[in-house]
Amino acid sequence: MIELHQLNKRYTAAKGVPVPALNDLSLQVPAGSLYGLLGPNGAGKTTALRILCTLLAPDSGTVRVAGIDALTDPRGVRRLLGYVAQEVAIDKILTGRELLQLQGDLYHLSARQRDRRMAELIELMGMGDWIDRRCGGYSGGMRRRLDLAAGLLHSPQVLVLDEPTVGLDIESRAAIWQVLRQLRDGGTTVLLSSHYLEEVDALADHLAIIESGSVIAEGVPSSLKAALGGDRLTLRVREFSDASEAATVQALLRDCPGVRQVVVNQAQGYSLNLVIEHDGVVEQLRQQLATADLPVFALAQSRPSLDDVYLQATGRTLMDAELAVAGSRDPKAERKASM
Amino acid sequence: MTSATPTIANPSPGATDQPSALAEISQETLALTKRLFLQLQRRPSTLVAGVLQPLIWLVLFGALFAKAPAGLLPGGISYGRFLGAGVIVFTAFSAALNAGLPVMFDREFGFLNRLLVAPLRSRSSIVLASVLYITSLSLVQSLAIMATAALLGYGWPGGVGLLLVLTTLLLLVFAVTALSLGLAFALPGHIELIAVIFVANLPLLFASTALAPLSFMPNWLGWLASLNPLTFAIEPIRAAYAGQFSLTAVVLEAPYGDLTAGTCLMVLAGLAAGLFLLIRPLLDRKLT
Repeated sequence: MIELHQLNKRYTAAKGVPVPALNDLSLQVPAGSLYGLLGPNGAGKTTALRILCTLLAPDSGTVRVAGIDALTDPRGVRRLLGYVAQEVAIDKILTGRELLQLQGDLYHLSARQRDRRMAELIELMGMGDWIDRRCGGYSGGMRRRLDLAAGLLHSPQVLVLDEPTVGLDIESRAAIWQVLRQLRDGGTTVLLSSHYLEEVDALADHLAIIESGSVIAEGVPSSLKAALGGDRLTLRVREFSDASEAATVQALLRDCPGVRQVVVNQAQGYSLNLVIEHDGVVEQLRQQLATADLPVFALAQSRPSLDDVYLQATGRTLMDAELAVAGSRDPKAERKASM
Repeated sequence: MTSATPTIANPSPGATDQPSALAEISQETLALTKRLFLQLQRRPSTLVAGVLQPLIWLVLFGALFAKAPAGLLPGGISYGRFLGAGVIVFTAFSAALNAGLPVMFDREFGFLNRLLVAPLRSRSSIVLASVLYITSLSLVQSLAIMATAALLGYGWPGGVGLLLVLTTLLLLVFAVTALSLGLAFALPGHIELIAVIFVANLPLLFASTALAPLSFMPNWLGWLASLNPLTFAIEPIRAAYAGQFSLTAVVLEAPYGDLTAGTCLMVLAGLAAGLFLLIRPLLDRKLT
C-alpha cells in the first residue's frame, strides 16, 4: 500500500551545516496492516511521514501510495491519506464540531456525508459531551481524539499517525489504541511512528526500526523476537551503579561460556543486559559474581523483547539512543523546516 | 468507544465522482472564510480597534486645525472635511496590512499543515479566503468611518461617489493584502511580520496627502507623497467627496505631472495585479 524507496533528505541547521535526516530510507507497508515505525527521537520518523504526506519533498527517492506517485500526483495521494500530526494543530476559537465541519469541506464531502461521518466519529471517540465546546478548553487527550477524528473524517484508506500517544493519560492512550485496532480490522492501513516500545509491541503487526534516517530492521514483531533466540538477563549489582563498576562486571562476564553478549544500559542506572544460551548459565554467573565478591541487587530473566530486537540491531538500547540524540538536535531548525 | 468502524467500505470522496473544480474551490474557500469570520465574531477586538482608531483620528485630528485661517486648504474646505478621505483610506490600508497575521499564526501553530495535507483543488483557496475576509472587514470599517464623518458634518459622497470610493478602496485593499500575505510566507515569524507592519504603517501615512496637501510639503516630501500608493487612493476619494466624479478630471498636481482619477485607479489596479504576480513564487514555495 505504501512504498518509500531510497528516500534522502537533508536539513540545513542554524550554522549552515547540512544535517542528514533520511539516508536511503526504504519501507514497504502492506495493505491492511498496522505498521509501527520505531526509533528514538530524531531518527527521521517524522521527516519520513511528512514526506509521505506530501508536506515535504525528498532530495531524492520515490513515494507511492496505492500505486500513486506522491511527487507527481500529490493531490491523488492526499485524498487517500489521513494524517494525524505530532503537534495537534487545532484552532482554539472553533468548537470541535466546527473544526470537523471545516475538515469535511477541505476534503470536499457533501453536507450529508459529512454529518453522517461526524455523528459516527463523535460516538466512536466518545466526544459527544464536549464536541460543541471550544477547542481552547480541551485537555491533551480530548485534542488528540478530535485530531484523530478529523484525520478519519473522509474515511481514508491509509491513516498516518506521528507519535499518536505522546504525553497522553493511560485512558486516552487505551482509547486510541482500541480505535487503531478497529481500523486495522476494518481494512484501513495504519502507519504509526513511536518511540514507545510497548506501544509498537502492543499494536503493530509489522514494524521497522529506524536509526539515523535508515531502516535497520523490518518484519513481523514475533518473528523478529524469535529470530534472536536465547534468553535475556538484566543484572544489577547495585541499585545505582557507575560506569567503571559496570565495565568491570562486563569484562568479568563477557567471556563466560554460554554468554553471547553483555551490554551496559546507561539509562537504567548502569545495569547490564546479557544474552544467554540457556537457563544453566544463570547459576554460573551467580558463582562468578560471588567469587569476584560482587553483590547482586537484581537479576531478571525474560524471553527476547522488542527492546532486544532494537538492541541487537543497533548495539544499544532505545533509551540510550534517546539520551544520545537528545543533545545533538536543533529544535529551532526543525521547527523552521516544519513551517 | 464502540459502534461502527470506519473502513475502506466508505470509499474516499473524489474517488467515485468528480465534482467540478469551481464547486470544490468555492467549497474550500467558503469554509476557510467562514473560519476567519467565526474567529472575528468570537474575538471582535480587531474589528472594534479597527473602527475606533480611525474614529479617534477623525475626531482629534479633524479638530486640530479647526481654527486655521479660512482658505488655507485647496478649495477652501475645512480641515475635517479634507482629512476624511485620508482617514478612510488609512483604515482600509491598516486592515489589509494585517491580512498576513492570521496566516502567519497558522504557519507557526501548524494549522497550515492541516490545510496542506488536505486535497485542496487549489491552494489559492487559502489566499482567496484571506482576501475575501479582509476585503469585507475593511469595507465595513470604512463604511463606519464614512458614516461617522457624515455625522460630523464632513460630507457624504452620494451614490456615484460611493461607487468610486468603494472601487478605489477595493483596489488598494487587494494590493496591500497581496503584499501582507507575501510577507506572511516570506518572513520567518510573526515578530518580524509585526515589525514590518509597524514600520510601514505610519510613515506611509505621513508621506501621503492624507494629512496635508502637496502644497504644504517641501519638494522632496511632495515627490514621495506623489509616488505613495496611498495618495493614489486618497485623491480620487477626496475628489468624490467634493462632488467630482469624472475619471478624466485632474485630482492631483504631482511634481511629475497631473494625475486624473482614472490614472490613479489604473495605477492601483496595476499595483494589485503586479503584487499578486510578484508573491506567486513565494506562495508556490509554500503552497504547491
